[in-house]
Amino acid sequence: MPPMDSRLDAAIALTRFGLGARVGEIETVAADPRGWLEGQISPTGAPVPQGEFPNSDQRILQFAEYREAASDARQLRRADAPISTAAALSPAMAGPMERPSAAQAAFDARRDERRNLVQDTAQEFLARARLGAETPDGFAERWALFWSNALTVSAAKFQSAVFIGQYEREAIRPNVFGRFESLLLAAESHPAMLLYLDQAQSIGPDSIAGQRRRAGLNENLAREILELHTVGADGGYAQADVTEFARALTGWSIAGQVGGRGMGAGAAGGARQNTRRASLRPVADVEGANGFAFRPILHEPGERTVMGKRYAASGAAQGEAILRDLAARPATARRLSQRIAAHFVADDPPPSLVSKLEATWTRTGGRLDEVARTLIASPEAWTPPTAKVKTPYEFIVSTHRAFGSAPQRVQGLQPALLTMGQPAWSPPSPEGWPDTAADWAGPDALVKRLEWASAAADAMRGRQEPLQIAEAALGGRLSDRTRTAVARAESRPEALTLLLMSPEFQRR
Amino acid sequence: MTLHANTLDRRRLLQGMTLGGLGLTFAGQASAATSSGRPKLVAVIARGAMDGLSVTAPHQDPAYQTLRGGVALPPPGTANGTLALESGFGLHPALAGMHGLYGDGRMRFAPAVSLPTRIRSHFDAQDVLESGGAHLNQSDTGWLNRALEAAGGRGLSIGAQTPLIMRGPAETSSWAPGGRIGGQDRLASLLQDLYVEDRLLATNLARGLETEAQAQAGIMPGEAAPRRGDVSALGTSVARLMTGETGADVVAVSLDGWDTHTRQPAQMQARLTQLDQLLAGLRQGLGAEWERTVVVVATEFGRTARVNGTQGTDHGTASTLLLAGGAVKAGGLIGDWPGLSDAALFENRDLAPTLDIRSVFKGVLRDHLGVDRAALDGAVFPDSAREAPALAGLV
Repeated sequence: MPPMDSRLDAAIALTRFGLGARVGEIETVAADPRGWLEGQISPTGAPVPQGEFPNSDQRILQFAEYREAASDARQLRRADAPISTAAALSPAMAGPMERPSAAQAAFDARRDERRNLVQDTAQEFLARARLGAETPDGFAERWALFWSNALTVSAAKFQSAVFIGQYEREAIRPNVFGRFESLLLAAESHPAMLLYLDQAQSIGPDSIAGQRRRAGLNENLAREILELHTVGADGGYAQADVTEFARALTGWSIAGQVGGRGMGAGAAGGARQNTRRASLRPVADVEGANGFAFRPILHEPGERTVMGKRYAASGAAQGEAILRDLAARPATARRLSQRIAAHFVADDPPPSLVSKLEATWTRTGGRLDEVARTLIASPEAWTPPTAKVKTPYEFIVSTHRAFGSAPQRVQGLQPALLTMGQPAWSPPSPEGWPDTAADWAGPDALVKRLEWASAAADAMRGRQEPLQIAEAALGGRLSDRTRTAVARAESRPEALTLLLMSPEFQRR
Repeated sequence: MTLHANTLDRRRLLQGMTLGGLGLTFAGQASAATSSGRPKLVAVIARGAMDGLSVTAPHQDPAYQTLRGGVALPPPGTANGTLALESGFGLHPALAGMHGLYGDGRMRFAPAVSLPTRIRSHFDAQDVLESGGAHLNQSDTGWLNRALEAAGGRGLSIGAQTPLIMRGPAETSSWAPGGRIGGQDRLASLLQDLYVEDRLLATNLARGLETEAQAQAGIMPGEAAPRRGDVSALGTSVARLMTGETGADVVAVSLDGWDTHTRQPAQMQARLTQLDQLLAGLRQGLGAEWERTVVVVATEFGRTARVNGTQGTDHGTASTLLLAGGAVKAGGLIGDWPGLSDAALFENRDLAPTLDIRSVFKGVLRDHLGVDRAALDGAVFPDSAREAPALAGLV
């Protein structure tokens, strides 16, 4: 058996940096806890969930089909409205529940398309939870979850829910150990983000499309990039910078027909025809990676000034240049270093740790692999007191790891997350999930955790001794008090419930 | 299973009912419960920046129609028009129940309140709104909690997570619609042994179990579960936790989803309908206690006076605050109307504030809960004595 210190470090590496220990992992990792963590830092990013899932380009086609079905259903409903009323008034001639068949078919088609879209997303969420429960690279997974939350997209909005699996898979995971600016560009230009924060609807008032119809700017994405994704609310920008940035971002849209059918700014299709009549030839749309398209007819012409710097008119490159500069700002390095330390170590992290992360960020130009290495190498990250309370998702995933299982059905996973306050992929706002003990360990939340733990313990079918499960899950972090309580419990479910609800399992 | 695909589901609180809704039932007999005789206060926080100009529309203002364009509400007496208030204001038609209270002199509105600081970030502004500070980061506890600490009484927050406004030195509880727990006494006491060195887990689990038991006690077997999205059921359920000897006196509820950058008319219709239902449920469930109740509806800031390019509005400054309840004094309009002319707008874009929101809160705390002046100007709302004196005559 490796020495005690090393077993404690292994438990910290697996539970604080990772998502919990599976049986046998503490013994394996104890040989070299820091080396185990560093070995997960890969230039290709974090692993992706297993399964056959559509990419953004395919997803755009599916979404277009759904919108077509929805629009057909709307039109037919409108056309059939008088008939329906008549039918409802004369039940003898037609039952009131009976829909005219064309309208019924359109209604069914719309419902089926929508269900398919949501089902895909739900299945990918399940695959992601399974990855969390089974991965040998728990640190890479937590690192990816952190960045996904730092650059939040929420399924609380249907349009972004459609693309949220693609978002994590295409924009977040491949970039989490690269340069921050690459991650930022991939995130802000992804359909999920463009839809979530209304960018796809924003139109430059003096753009070709903007002059033609009453439509205009939407500042939402520009503001949240500044406030939440980069420099922060005290990062030294003013309202005018938000507006200028929003103007620069006009034209950032979604590839294919979808953008032209009203999911994006809506003007594309019609405007193109009008332009032909006026014999003006706008610059063609430029399609980029992962379903991004730049639509010049929506783009506000002219140079922009953001935070004191002028950006020449350069189409999509204008917004990109602003994003690169925001990524490179010291306030961005400071703010995100603080968030990393607060996520991995303590709600109120040691300032010395934040300084180290910030110094590495600045020295390397925002290389996230190097920032991760600094986190691993900092003694502050390894002190025993466990300050962080697990989120409901982490609690469920780490329970599966301790029990040697994985979630099987989304119908079981989703209600559990919901009652504990963290519905699947649906943070309440662009700020993402909160990240402090006070946010997750409220009175009602703890009652819901106890209910779930008790049910999970009841459902646990393994035959291992509860005490062995406790040792394997917590290693050097298992306290004498919890060890005794688990050993003395009157039943296996009671022992396992006590383990799951123990302070050292609830915290990390 | 759904992934909260529609906008209604943005509201976490409702998610608990519509999707998690594990057999929540409601008695609707709370009015029969014994009355505590204590004053009751419900703070409804509208998160996401509620558009005051859509709640109380200033039809008399010559600039209103021009600025608002497609999101302007028709005046009273026209199709889908607002409901007439005094001074040329009209209440959003979704707030019909609220308008009934207005007719009884039990609803008042402050059309241009704001926080003491000018912030357009939801998160920072909600922090200031809830902490009661004069500026950001002044306090990491909430003013409702500190008011409880000063005046006594039982605090309760609704939702899985305790909001900042209810965090602090006074012990409070929290409750969210959801599953139930039973026969867990032994586990609870074993866990208390495990939590001797973890104060957070120890106190919060104990409080949560206590509230759950209280909620269970009122549920009648065999009753139908509330309809999907029926917020009045939530209102009656919250009311139940406020009645009887051990009922909560001060409650914080959050309603999310007010960040109407796009499609504002439809979104406001939905949100305000739910607000009206919540009030109706509270009133019904509180029974006799309603006469001693004040409900205050507040948001972190208002929205731009001009409609934006996507039939919505962006982050602004002043907004509307609503007071309702049996204990509210008749009087209608609270504060002055700043006007919507270009010159009157704050930074030529937002409704300008004429009243510090803390003055309203302080007036309610003083005259309703009996919080004394020293506590109000000190612990509860630090640095507010001069800038935001308590408003008299509200309650």
